[in-house]
Amino acid sequence: MQFSEKWLREWVDPDIDTDTLVAQLTMGGLEVDSVSSAAADFSGVIIAEVQSVAAHPDADKLRVCQLSNGKEVIQVVCGAANVASGQKVAYAEVGAILGKDFKIKKARLRGVESFGMICSAEELGLAESSEGIMVLSDEAQPGLNIRDYLSLDDHLIEVDLTPNRGDCLSIAGIAREVGVFNNISVSPLEIKDVPATNNETFPISLDSVENCPRYLGRIIRNIDQNAESPLWLQEKLRRSGLKCIDPVVDVTNYVLMELGQPMHAFDFDKLEDGIRVRLANKGEKLTLLDGKEVELSPETLVIADESKSLAVAGIMGGLDSSVQAYTKHIFLESAFFNPLSIAGKARFYGLQTDAAHRFERGVDFNLPRIAMERATRLLLDIVGGDAGPVIEAVEALPAVKAVSLRVTRITRMLGITLDAERVETILTGLGLGIIEKDAESWTFSVPSWRFDIAIEEDLVEELARIYGYDNLPVTEPMSRFSLKPQQEAKVGLPVIRERLTALGYQEVITYSFVDSKLETLLGASEADLLPLANPISQDMSVMRTSLWSGLLATLQHNYRRQQSRVRIFESGLVFNNKNSEIEQKPKVASLVWGSQIPEQWSRQAENVDFFDIKGDVESILALSLQSGTYSFVADVHPALQKGQSARIIRAGVTIGWIGALAANVQQKIDISGKIYLMELDLQSLEAAKLPVYHELSRYPSVRRDLAIVVDSNQEAGVIEERIKQEAGELLKEMLIFDVYQGQNIQKTKKSLALGLTFQHPSRTLTDEEINSIIDNCIKVLEAQFNAELRM
Amino acid sequence: MENLNALTSDAIETIAQAQDIPGLEQLRVQYLGKKGSLTDLLKGLGKLQPEDRPSAGAAINAAKVQVQEALDARKATLSSEATASQQLAEAVDVTLPGRRQSAGGVHPVTRTLQRIETIFTSAGFDVVEGPEIEDDYHNFEALNIPAHHPARAMHDTFYFDSGLLLRTHTSTVQVRVMENGEAPFRFICPGRVYRCDSDLTHTPMFHQVEGMLVDEHASMADLKGLLVEFLQVFFEADLEVRFRPSYFPFTEPSAEMDVQCVTCKGEGCRVCSNTGWLEVGGCGMVHPNVLRSSNIDPEKFTGFAFGMGVDRLAMLRYQINDLRLMFDNDLRFLRQFNEG
Repeated sequence: MQFSEKWLREWVDPDIDTDTLVAQLTMGGLEVDSVSSAAADFSGVIIAEVQSVAAHPDADKLRVCQLSNGKEVIQVVCGAANVASGQKVAYAEVGAILGKDFKIKKARLRGVESFGMICSAEELGLAESSEGIMVLSDEAQPGLNIRDYLSLDDHLIEVDLTPNRGDCLSIAGIAREVGVFNNISVSPLEIKDVPATNNETFPISLDSVENCPRYLGRIIRNIDQNAESPLWLQEKLRRSGLKCIDPVVDVTNYVLMELGQPMHAFDFDKLEDGIRVRLANKGEKLTLLDGKEVELSPETLVIADESKSLAVAGIMGGLDSSVQAYTKHIFLESAFFNPLSIAGKARFYGLQTDAAHRFERGVDFNLPRIAMERATRLLLDIVGGDAGPVIEAVEALPAVKAVSLRVTRITRMLGITLDAERVETILTGLGLGIIEKDAESWTFSVPSWRFDIAIEEDLVEELARIYGYDNLPVTEPMSRFSLKPQQEAKVGLPVIRERLTALGYQEVITYSFVDSKLETLLGASEADLLPLANPISQDMSVMRTSLWSGLLATLQHNYRRQQSRVRIFESGLVFNNKNSEIEQKPKVASLVWGSQIPEQWSRQAENVDFFDIKGDVESILALSLQSGTYSFVADVHPALQKGQSARIIRAGVTIGWIGALAANVQQKIDISGKIYLMELDLQSLEAAKLPVYHELSRYPSVRRDLAIVVDSNQEAGVIEERIKQEAGELLKEMLIFDVYQGQNIQKTKKSLALGLTFQHPSRTLTDEEINSIIDNCIKVLEAQFNAELRM
Repeated sequence: MENLNALTSDAIETIAQAQDIPGLEQLRVQYLGKKGSLTDLLKGLGKLQPEDRPSAGAAINAAKVQVQEALDARKATLSSEATASQQLAEAVDVTLPGRRQSAGGVHPVTRTLQRIETIFTSAGFDVVEGPEIEDDYHNFEALNIPAHHPARAMHDTFYFDSGLLLRTHTSTVQVRVMENGEAPFRFICPGRVYRCDSDLTHTPMFHQVEGMLVDEHASMADLKGLLVEFLQVFFEADLEVRFRPSYFPFTEPSAEMDVQCVTCKGEGCRVCSNTGWLEVGGCGMVHPNVLRSSNIDPEKFTGFAFGMGVDRLAMLRYQINDLRLMFDNDLRFLRQFNEG
């Protein structure tokens, strides 16, 4: 909300400068977003009276005016069409400065001398744009400085109010706070009842009492819609960021800003038989002030007459019953709507109005009558007419809330002790009343404008706010000294992250919502996908079912920025819709592309292949000290290339995938060079072994190498497993140190070179023992894998 | 004995000419070996007069020592020459870069989160995580934000057709911890959160760390103490921190906390929009309704909660001036945090 500092100071005028006032508001919980000047920085502009206007001898569009500044008569040539004799105008004297480097000088316009300029509102920074010169009210005193006359040395203060403080959405509300901040009294507006000059009434029925327990109306006949709102009112509205429309709307807006009561005026000639405040009928339609037709939902509260709806209660009026230039008689509305009946409705209809903004936060239920009298007075002063009596329908208003407060609670929550007098001054200053009190506690009544105070803690907050959060002590919390369990045999994300970064991977963080097309391409089935109902864009419309789409998008982003090798990883939740159960699993995934190591002077850089990323995965699995619990099983995956992809299994459960990106996906992302991916389930990686020391053997180990020829599609891993089983405990290590296909080997065969290391814990092994194990291994290899020994 | 002198000087000269260690070894055998020429002279002592033997023996032994010394000296020279030439042959250009895999690194948000976690765990806080797809109850209702509450407008929420949503804050985890545990509590919940908002200063996903302390004696003064200390420890600077009244439905009293601008130290600059202050988060005393909805007696326990934007803290800490860099994942940006 934006307001004028001068207007506020008409209500409460503490002896502090603007900066201090602004700081007070912010530190009091009414955060000031900005402070700006009410008018452009100009000088030398005074009020003058136009005494005569004559045509310019040589220019159709110019007029030669004689102005009086109260002392002398000055000739000014003016180009505005609306200048007329008898007007009071803003006159920039010779020497006046309007804006930067715009100094008014004596001039000759088509041969006629001109001493200064008659200003438009735009030229003085009082309007975004204006047609013609600004005409001041008749009472304006010629000679007076325009800055003084219009109180232009004013600031526009914009506050960003939290949703609980609807009571501060008015000058009266802010003034109340400022009064308490400075411990000074606020001069309330004296609002007198406007006596009726006719006794015409109109029936009002409250059909939905819980939504609208109070509705006031008043008929004002014979208004003059040609009248214009006085400049002071226009200025106050302008400084509140509101546009001037016509006097009736201007007055209701003025009261909204001044007191915080949203009001509405209907063209009385459009109303039939009486007002009915009711819920909308199913399928009922209404064209609103903004010209849009809405179909009303049955939970919507409407203001209707006996035959049709007229307005969406508390949000926006209807077009048909609105006040127009031809309107002669009006019906003025001032009501209390329950915040719950308005909350969310404006958004439902895609509307954002000042009225809805206030009603959904809560407007003082005792304000409608005061506002009605205030608006009537202003209207009669501006547009004239005859007011009827105030018609009020009221039932079951909200009860006045009583909240108790204990001295001990203040100390316990804030860490301070406040004396009783201070507590009472603060809270009564805010409008609370003391119902009861004793040495330990009070019971306060909550004023009708504070919808946010209901419990003891709310009162504690009010005390803290006025006392000043910054004045509260700063202490260190008392801490219970207890050590937390620390499970050591566990592979958590931090160590995996550390391992991956040591392996040269850069962590990335990508959005959790991704392009559904890419997800599907990577193998997600339509049923697994979780689409957002309100995505930001099409390429962020479904939740990721794996981390690969984010990694691929990151690769693409960097590929386009001339990166020649990429090693990245990400961890986070992936989301799957499994039989309408939503699965949210933490995963870690990585991608490699480009050369194995950065381009280097001493070594030819080879591109990564399957075994580079597999090695990295093995390095992670090794963190468990249980690498043997994992196995890689060749299998197909929609995102991966057949023949270069594997499932990673632990305890019979798939815990991840590894492989080369499938060609069809690679084509889509348009990157050359093979891309390798892996993804692991973080929870499945957790189980680990605590290291346990085994006695070191003091006896020599013996290594024997075997070279065998097997079918080229024979998996080495199976052979390895079988040999380990056959060789038994004495085999300490087995490695495959060569795989060869080519010359001297049949096309359908491959040669494997195996290195077997044997050792006994407590003695030296004999050749015979080892030979016998090796012989057994060879027999098994020959029998089961049709292997031939290579010599 | 002229023979001895000639032999000795000849030996010393020859030894000095030796070109390598094997040659030198041959010379040793030639002079001092079992059949060496000096050894032979010793063997010939018996042929001398007994009275001449001691002096002749002494002279021969002296000659042997001289030759041995010459051998040792030459050996030392030769081996140091050999080392020198080997070193010369194997010398490398030490300024050439080493051979290695590139170094990876963590994302600046992770780095910041790790720092925050280290600071809080050092004070006995647990770190708890939770689901990101949440129900209305945990994201709103249990936090005292009923349907149609105007505060919901402050959370531009992503929804699924089922009515589930992406959590708009990690306060959801607080609810889950309180539901499943027994007070007192002391924990932080870091993680991704989502709001349907995307512009220069907002990304639809960002990171928050929320914290909570519930105990028999926890006051607003304690809250201030903890957060002031945290910010000073985090930024490693004696920065001022201020607390302003604010509104969150799940805390009462509620506060917004501002830290003195880390760039200009409060003088006013572009980073702080000339205010000298930076908003870093919200906090407050846990609303009794929130405690009650988790079956905690607000008369027995009080507590406070706080929330901070991790991405924002990272930006301030590392002088990152554009939020969008965070999730572009440009390697040129990311490598600035680990030098590759």
